[in-house]
Amino acid sequence: MKMKEDPLNIIITGVGGQGNIQASFIIASTAVQNGLFVSVGETYGASQRGGVVMSHIRLSEETQYGPLIPKGKAHVILGFEPVESLRTIGDFGNKETKAIVNPRPVYPIDVLSGEATYPATNEVLKAIKDLVYSVHVVEATELAKEAGDTLMQNIVMVGCLVASGFTPLKVETVRGVIKEIFAGKNPEANLKAFELGTKEMRRIKPL
Amino acid sequence: MSYVEVDEPRKRVLFMGNEAIARGALEAGVSFCSGYPGNPASEILETLAKAAKKFNLHVEWSVNEIVALEVAGAAAAAGLRALTAMKNLGADVCADFLMTVNLSGTKGGFVLVTGDDPSAHSTTTELDTRNYARLADIPLLEPATTQEAKDMTRFAFELSEELGVICMVRTVTRLSHSRGVVTLGSLPREKRVAGFSSQDMWTSGSSAIACMFHSVLHEKMRRAQEKFEESNFNQYVGKEDGDFLIITSGTGWLYSLEAVKLLGFQDRVGILKLGTTWPLPEKLVASHLKHAKDVLFVEEIDPFLEQNVKMLAAELIAEGIGPIRFYGKKSNHLRSEFGAGTGEIDSDTVIKALAEIKKLDYFPREKEYSEKASKAVGSYVPARSMGLCAGCPHRASFWAIKKALQWDGRNGIVAADIGCYSLGLLPTGFSVEKTLHCMGAGIGTANGFGNLIRFGLDKPVIAVSGDSTFYHACIPALINAKWNGANILYIVLDNNTTAMTGHQPHPGSGVNALGNASQKILIEDICKGIGIEARVQDPFKLEEAVQNLYEMLQTEGMKVMIFRHECPLTEARKREKRPRVYVDQDKCIGDECGCVRFCTRVFRCPGNIWDYTKKKAKIDEAVCIGCELCADLCPVRAIVVEEVA
Repeated sequence: MKMKEDPLNIIITGVGGQGNIQASFIIASTAVQNGLFVSVGETYGASQRGGVVMSHIRLSEETQYGPLIPKGKAHVILGFEPVESLRTIGDFGNKETKAIVNPRPVYPIDVLSGEATYPATNEVLKAIKDLVYSVHVVEATELAKEAGDTLMQNIVMVGCLVASGFTPLKVETVRGVIKEIFAGKNPEANLKAFELGTKEMRRIKPL
Repeated sequence: MSYVEVDEPRKRVLFMGNEAIARGALEAGVSFCSGYPGNPASEILETLAKAAKKFNLHVEWSVNEIVALEVAGAAAAAGLRALTAMKNLGADVCADFLMTVNLSGTKGGFVLVTGDDPSAHSTTTELDTRNYARLADIPLLEPATTQEAKDMTRFAFELSEELGVICMVRTVTRLSHSRGVVTLGSLPREKRVAGFSSQDMWTSGSSAIACMFHSVLHEKMRRAQEKFEESNFNQYVGKEDGDFLIITSGTGWLYSLEAVKLLGFQDRVGILKLGTTWPLPEKLVASHLKHAKDVLFVEEIDPFLEQNVKMLAAELIAEGIGPIRFYGKKSNHLRSEFGAGTGEIDSDTVIKALAEIKKLDYFPREKEYSEKASKAVGSYVPARSMGLCAGCPHRASFWAIKKALQWDGRNGIVAADIGCYSLGLLPTGFSVEKTLHCMGAGIGTANGFGNLIRFGLDKPVIAVSGDSTFYHACIPALINAKWNGANILYIVLDNNTTAMTGHQPHPGSGVNALGNASQKILIEDICKGIGIEARVQDPFKLEEAVQNLYEMLQTEGMKVMIFRHECPLTEARKREKRPRVYVDQDKCIGDECGCVRFCTRVFRCPGNIWDYTKKKAKIDEAVCIGCELCADLCPVRAIVVEEVA
């Protein structure tokens, strides 16, 4: 396994409660099993209370990198929410960045209270498309519902990332990690969510 | 799944920085662990609590940080290895003991871990606790990677025991809450026995004795410095005898390496990474300053290395070293978006500093792309403010406070404290709170505000704190208010947990750090002991709550209201089913209703959303926890609660 990009910089972005940290943990644990150097930088604490949550994941065959990806250097962005995907691309994206986005909005309290407006989702996706190399739109929340619980959209998205070929991670290794992490906590449903993600990613074409 | 307890030396595992610190303590054979919850340090004690049974550890959440340091100090004085972990501001709380136990010394390894929070992600200030190591004159270690977080913690115990002085390990949010690969070391088999003989003395003394111990401490620090000169935690990379030097510590190390690589400066810039930062390994630093013409300091928060190295450089002038041009916080080269000496640093901060010094242009992306990206973000991306969780009882409490103050009509002052309910300063808590500082400062400052009537400040004064904060820092001020006759209505928001930091138990929870049952120490009993009657009220019984608060505001003296309702996040873990709450959209009048979208615009619970297609209110059933409060407040009763069988 020779990585084309080293370090490979992946960002998972979304809001508190969407399971960012669990998703980054699965990806990072798989990479460690593959013998890679891994750094994951996470912002949480106060941001759990409805704020932006972002995980930076950096994989390398050579060395341990710092936990924060420099500006404009993300190779892959896994967006759990459309405007958060755009916010992250604004800082870390470039012309070669590949994005995978769940288009379901999670409205900020500022929007619900009428102090800010939330744009039409298709406009956000178009703005994203204009900034990156490719964008795959995945109805991950719907697929998670099919697997048994909308909360598993994070696992669906991990399935998409692994099936995308944007990383050196293999489906079988990730399945093993999911089984280990969810041992005693319904691994079957999570494996199903993962499976649905991989299938969907192979099925769809980028925007 | 945690590898913290695994006894497989040389296994490569993924650890969070705080788990690595806990593992380092276990590898050092720690027996006694204490702390008080606070981001970014909480997971250190939580990890050790999980390992307590297997490793026969005493692990406690202490009532506050000074008690934590004292209990651990005693264990160490009795020959055990002991660790205390806390967030940055905890160091302030325990400083009194720290400034004497540095003199009295230790028998067993005694380690203080402090978690600093550059950018104040979850703190009210960016305190740099390294200054405490210099102030107390104790050895300081600054891990730069997850691996070092483990290795340095282990080493800190050995050093502390060898020198007989408490040692400090300083971590920061970006290390504590990051994950990285760690190679495990071996776990000890030796079991220690505690002892304190009739000949033992453990004191800093006073007068001549205190001065003698002070001098002994200086000798210990000289020995620490000798060891640090040879330490593998310090290293140099880059051009041999380079004339441009970066001196860095902690997270600055990996950021500097990446910045130099991205700029292609590997052959032009040397990096001296220090892991042992107080006392400064002066000979090592001098050996690199000898060749340097320019030095850039890369470190989090204060110019700590910067000042210490500059002092050394002044001494070295007489030895023919220099002149050297220094860059860093003082020169304003190493600066975040907020300025120098404030805000987190990262690779970009270092790149910017190097580019400025070397008079280069560096653009991570083409200018045109950056402009397009910021334009897209500016046009489409709304702000996402922090808010109280769905079903949070504090939302009800703040609503009750707001209403009671409106009824009272005298523009009362609300002095707040540290916890989830600090969000009461923001619109999510209806902006009822007006002051916020440190743990206990709500009721403390209320003691002042509540004694200003004769100077013309005739307003009701409300202090607000949480339950864990009540035990931590509020009791002395409560006694003071009773003693000195302040007029205060003190509201304790009791959700039966330390919620903000991840739901750790406290003296009122009925369990300890290990999850074992303990006697509940009730807030109302403590108040009664002081001679203050406390009312207990469920804030979700809103009308009653407002009425009670209003009545209490009309009387003089020190009064306590306990708003008691469990945190919905802990409650949800225990509950098997929750009521279904939904909006009867035939009843909801939508924008035509005079309420002007009360549920989303005013009440601001994330479970209350707006159906933009039907232009009516809606409940996000994935978020709603079924507290039913909005159902009581909807003017047309369109929000329906359905008990689920």
